[in-house]
Amino acid sequence: MPYPTDFKYTKEHEWIKSDGKSASIGITSYAQGSLGDIVFVELPKTGSEITKGKTFGSVESVKAVSDLYAPASGTVTDVNGELNTAPEKINEDAHSAWLMKITLKDPSELNSLLSAADYEKFVAEEGAK
Amino acid sequence: MPAVEATTPTIRKTALNGVHRQMGAKMVEFNGWDMPVEYPSAGGIMAEHNAVRTGVGIFDVSHMGDIRLTGPEALAAVQHISMNDASRLAVGQAQYSALLYPQGTFVDDVIVHRLGDDDYLLVINAGTREKDFNWVRDNTRQFNCKLEDLSDNFTQIAIQGPKGVNLLQKLTDANLSAVKFYWVTRGTVCGLKNVLIARTGYTAEDGFEIYIPADEATSAKVWNEILEAGKEFGVVPCGLGSRNTLRLEGSLSLYGHEISDTINVWEAGLDRFCKMEKLDFIGHAALSKAKADGLKKILVGLEMVERGIARDEYKVLDDGGREIGYVTSGSPAPFLKKNIAMAYVPPEFATVGSTVKVEIRGQGVKAQVVPTPFYRRPRKI
Repeated sequence: MPYPTDFKYTKEHEWIKSDGKSASIGITSYAQGSLGDIVFVELPKTGSEITKGKTFGSVESVKAVSDLYAPASGTVTDVNGELNTAPEKINEDAHSAWLMKITLKDPSELNSLLSAADYEKFVAEEGAK
Repeated sequence: MPAVEATTPTIRKTALNGVHRQMGAKMVEFNGWDMPVEYPSAGGIMAEHNAVRTGVGIFDVSHMGDIRLTGPEALAAVQHISMNDASRLAVGQAQYSALLYPQGTFVDDVIVHRLGDDDYLLVINAGTREKDFNWVRDNTRQFNCKLEDLSDNFTQIAIQGPKGVNLLQKLTDANLSAVKFYWVTRGTVCGLKNVLIARTGYTAEDGFEIYIPADEATSAKVWNEILEAGKEFGVVPCGLGSRNTLRLEGSLSLYGHEISDTINVWEAGLDRFCKMEKLDFIGHAALSKAKADGLKKILVGLEMVERGIARDEYKVLDDGGREIGYVTSGSPAPFLKKNIAMAYVPPEFATVGSTVKVEIRGQGVKAQVVPTPFYRRPRKI
C-alpha cells in the first residue's frame, strides 16, 4: 500500500494532511489492516480541542478497541459523519476516509512527524516483529 | 503440583501452523497456542462469520484436548465426574456436559462422546488441558478404567455451516445424512481410514468435526483437500475471531468468560445439561444447596440499544449508574448486525425487556435484556 508523500504520519498509525493552517486526520492503511473489519468510530464533536499525543477518540474492529492519538493540536472543524453508518470505508480506503478536520494550533508540530518513507520503514519493522 | 505449571510456558503450535502462516493468516496467542485469529485472504472475521452462517467455513481446532476413558467402569467414572447423564448415550452419540468442582462451579465444559460400549471420549478446552486431565485422573482412580490423554494425537478440523455436510460428503464414504446432530461415526476421509467424524461444533450452525492423525503432512493434505473440494460451496478458512463471534451469537459458553471456577451451573443457565436425578456426581450437593439458597447473579443476553459496543469485562450499571454486574463476552454480531453481549446481573435485572447500562469508556450506554440464544439456526423441515 503506497503511503501518500504529502501526508505526515505518527507511530500510533494516524496520518495528517495539512495545507499549513488546517488539516485532515485519518488512520493508516497499516492500522486498518491490523485492526481488521472496522465497525465503530468514536470522534470528538465539532469545536472540541485536541492535543498532540493525546487520545481524541477510538476506532473499533470486531475484535478490538483502539485509541486514536492526535498527530497535532488544534480545534475540530468537521467530523466525517459518513463513518457513523459506514465505518468500513476506512477498510476500503484508509487514506481517503478522513476522520475529522482541524485548524492547527501550531503548524510547526508537524515537523516532528514521520514522512511517508520513514513511516513505511517503521511499519515494515513492526510487521517483522 | 502438576509438573506442567513449573515448566517455562512455550507457545504451542498445531500441525497446521505452517499452513496458516503460508495462507497469510493473522496469528495470535490464545491460551498458550499460536493460532490464526483471521484470514485476511478470506475477507476477515465478518466474511468468515457469514460464510459459516450461509455456506461453509473450516477451522483448525487441534488445540482442543481429548481424554479417552475405556474399561468396565468407564461409564461409572464419566458419570462421577460429569454433570450430564452419560448413561443415556447410545454408542455413537455425544452430549454437552461439564466437569464440576465440589462447589458446583466449573473445571471445564466438555463434549462427551460414546465411541463404544465402554469407550468414552471427552473433548476439552485448550486452556484447561492439563488441569482437566489431572482432575479426571485424580477423581477416577477408584474406577476400573483406563485413562489416556489423546490431545496430541489428533489434528481436529471443524467443517461448519449449512453446506458443511455437502462438502464433507465429497471426501468421505460415510453416509453423513444418517448422522444426526451430536452423533458420531467413522469413515474414510481423504483416503484416511477409520476417521472419527462427529456432527458437532461451536458455531451454532450445523457442521462436523473430524479427528485425523496429527502429523504435519497428513494434516496439511486434508486441510488443502477440504478447501479444494469446498470451492463450489464458497468455503473459507476461519480463525478464532469468527469462532468467537459465531459462538457468541449462539450464546454458547466460553470457559473463563461465561463459565469458570467461580460460577455455578445455575448461574450460567446450563440447567438442562445438569441431571440432578443422577445423585452422586461431583458438585451435586453444592448445587442442591445453591438452588435452595437462590441465585445472586444470572447470565443474560444483552443487546445494545444506544450506540456502543459492549466488550468483555465492561461493567453493567443500573439506570442510576450503580454497578450491578459485568459483561462476560461482548462484540458486534456480524450476522445479526447488532451489538450483543452476555453478562451477569442480579436476578431482578434478568427479565427479558429489562434495561441496564454498559459502561463504555466512562459512559453508561443503554442496553436491553433479550432472549438467548441471539441466533438460532433455521432447521430443515
